[in-house]
Formats: sequence, structure tokens, C-alpha cells
Amino acid sequence: MLSRGLKPFAIASVLASALAFALVFFFAPNDADQGFVQKIFYVHVPMAIVALFGFVAAGVMAIGHLRTGDRSWDMRSYVAIHLSIILGVGVLITGAIWAKAAWGHWWLWDEPVLVSFLIVFLLYCVYYPLRFSIEDPDRQARYSSVFAIAAGAFVPVNFAAVRLAEAVTHPRVLSQTGGNLPGDMRLTFVVCMLAMALLFITLFKLELSAKHSAAQLKRLRSRLELRAERAAAGPAR
Amino acid sequence: MIRTAVAVLRKDLTLELRTKESVPAMTLFTVTAYVLFHFGLDRDSLDGDLASGVLWVTLLLAAVIGVNRLFATEREEGGIEAFLLAPVDRTALFLAKAAALFIYLVLLELVAVPMFALLLLGPDLGAALPALLPILLLANIGLAVTGALVAALAAASRARELIVPLLLPPLVVPLLIGAASATEPLLRQAADSEDLGRYLALLVGYDLVFGLIAFAVFDFLLED
Repeated sequence: MLSRGLKPFAIASVLASALAFALVFFFAPNDADQGFVQKIFYVHVPMAIVALFGFVAAGVMAIGHLRTGDRSWDMRSYVAIHLSIILGVGVLITGAIWAKAAWGHWWLWDEPVLVSFLIVFLLYCVYYPLRFSIEDPDRQARYSSVFAIAAGAFVPVNFAAVRLAEAVTHPRVLSQTGGNLPGDMRLTFVVCMLAMALLFITLFKLELSAKHSAAQLKRLRSRLELRAERAAAGPAR
Repeated sequence: MIRTAVAVLRKDLTLELRTKESVPAMTLFTVTAYVLFHFGLDRDSLDGDLASGVLWVTLLLAAVIGVNRLFATEREEGGIEAFLLAPVDRTALFLAKAAALFIYLVLLELVAVPMFALLLLGPDLGAALPALLPILLLANIGLAVTGALVAALAAASRARELIVPLLLPPLVVPLLIGAASATEPLLRQAADSEDLGRYLALLVGYDLVFGLIAFAVFDFLLED
């Protein structure tokens, strides 16, 4: 049930990723300043955007859980955060590589987006110890949802605050990744963005259905065990 | 709701007055932290960004101690269950806890800020004080609101001593940015108050956003 649409999404993300890589390597021109290394942008930026979107979406799903009391929404929120954390590791690593290649340092504190992302990442890392240190399943779902909502709202606040702090010391125009991309680069970027989003949705569905089957297996096994116990106890009575 | 909150707050303050658990510990921690910073930075007096950073990081870490203890008696004595049995609005508990934390922070700062001026601060505190007070006030509100929410989140967890120090610091980064950046020009040798309004606006925004969120979700933490 939960895996509905998994196969088309999987195929679509494979095709989109293949197209994206082809465009990145054979179509998009090398950057005039940074040369070949700028192409990490096509992985780094979509990954960051999808991860942030995943964090905020997890907050929205958590609202769904608190409103309806349906625990499957909490499971969705958990899977979204989990995948976004994994993407987040990728974002920080590719960001560091890019920063080293472009500016000569592994880490730059005056890059507000990178710094904000690190703070958000650190915050979401606490989701795991919080979630898995609560035993009661209902309470675990509720507390995790509250965390997901508060943290989801924290994401934009944090980005605004970090940018405010940097804007004073380093006034500059932040349109590098946005409006002024030349056409070929923009097309490649849009395809990469799409591929990453499809990949995220595919992984999301896969993980959800895996969690669902695991839960079902557990239920079936406990039912079987119960029946075996009854059968063993039966003749003695 | 206000009456319930005041009753819970009065209970908390009476308890704190008798046991003297949180505020003295927080105060002691800040003074110890100043000593650590003195040796860690190997500086006798600080000014500007260094002074503002040391002051605010110390205050935020001291707040962690207060947040960790915020629901301690409720947890140990089963106060939450008793509160849930009473026919009162649950948000009152949040209000009371945030107010208690706010008062603890004010009491802490009454000692910690003068101690900072005495031990580490180079420039005169008196000149900075009028502008410092609104910053302290707004940061305390934000810390109280976020702290009460974090304390309630951690209260159900087995690893609560771990959750609070991990969860609170990243959540209050915007608060630290606002407070430390607003304080920095005030503590320079030639005191100044540039960009004060902008950072005060950031603090107000943070207080509003997290106040509303905590207000909206707190009920769900008490449903059992």
C-alpha cells in the first residue's frame, strides 16, 4: 500500500539522474572563474535544497500527526528527517570540497548558507537521541512530532538570523546561485534539481514501505508465536 | 489559566527559595566559566566582540543548567500526572515554567553581569548598561520560552541529561547572534550602539516565533 508508485518513481529518478549527469559533464560549460570544479554545484545545491525542503516537510507531516493522531504521519516525518540528515552529510562534504577548490579553505564562516546549514544539521542530529530514548510508542511519536515542528520552524528563522549577522560584516550580493546563471547552466541545474527531488521521493517511499513491512512482519511473527504457544499448551489441558 | 500559572509559578519559586537548587548553581557556573575563560584566553580584561561573546556563551550555557532542572521536581514526585488530573488548562504549566525560568535568568544576571564587569570586562559597564538591559530582557524571554519547551521535550526521555545540552544550544543560535552582535559595540573601548535596532528586532522576532510555536505544541507534550 505504502509502496504504491515506488516503481515509476524509481525508474524516473534513474532516468533523471542519468540525464542530469550527462548534462553536467557534456553539456554545461565550464565556469569561467572556477573551471571544472564548479560542477560540484550541480550536486551540492540541489542536495541542500532538497534536504532543507525535507526538514520543513517533516514538520508539516508532524503537524498532520498531531492533528489526526495517525501514527503513520509520524513515521513519514521520521523518514523525511532521516533522509534529509543523510543528504545533509553529503551537503556538508561537497560544500567543504567546493569551498576548498574555489576559495582555498575547507570551511568559510562568512558563507551564511553553509553556516546556517551546519546549525540546522546539528539541531536535527538531536532528533535521534530524543526519539530513541522515549520508550512508549505513542509518546515517542508525539514528542518526535513536537520536535519536528519546532525544528521545522527554526530553519527559516535561523537562515534569516545568520544572514543578518553576515550582512553587516560582509555586505555582498547573493545571487550566485540564483538569477544570473546563463541558460545552459540553468537548464542543467533544473534537471539536477528534479533528479535529486525524484531520488528523495523514491528513497522516501522505499524506506516507508520497508518500515511498514518490518512492522507487519513483527506483527505476524508475534501472532504465530502466540498460536504455537497455544498449540503447545493445548494437549496438556 | 493565569491563576493556575501563577499558582504553579509560586510553587516553583517557593521550592527554589527553600532548596536553592537552580539559581545558585547557575551563578556558580558563570563565575567558574569566567575563570576558565581568563585562563583559556590568557587575558586579564576583555572588550568588544570577545567580551560580548564570553558573556553570552556563558549565560546560554548557564541557562542549560536551569533548563535541565526545570521539570526535575515534577518528574521525581509525579507532579505532571497530578497536574493532568486537575481540571485546568495545560498551557498554564508552560506559562508557569517559562516565567520561572525567566525569573531564574534575571536573578542569575543580577550577579553574573556585575561579576563579569568586575572580573573580565575592560571598559566601564555603566555606559553600556542602558542599552544592555533591553537586550538582556529580550534574550531572557527567548531563552525562557525555548528552554521551557526543551525541558518539557526532554522530560519524557530516558536520556534527558543528554538531550537538553544537545538540543538547547543549536536552537538558541539565532538568539546568540542577536544578543552577542547587539552587545559587541556596547562593550568596545569607545562604546557605540550601531545596528542595535536591527538586532533587537531579530530578538523580538525570535521571541514571537518560538513563543507561538511553544504555545501551540506544548499541550501535546502532556497528553497521557
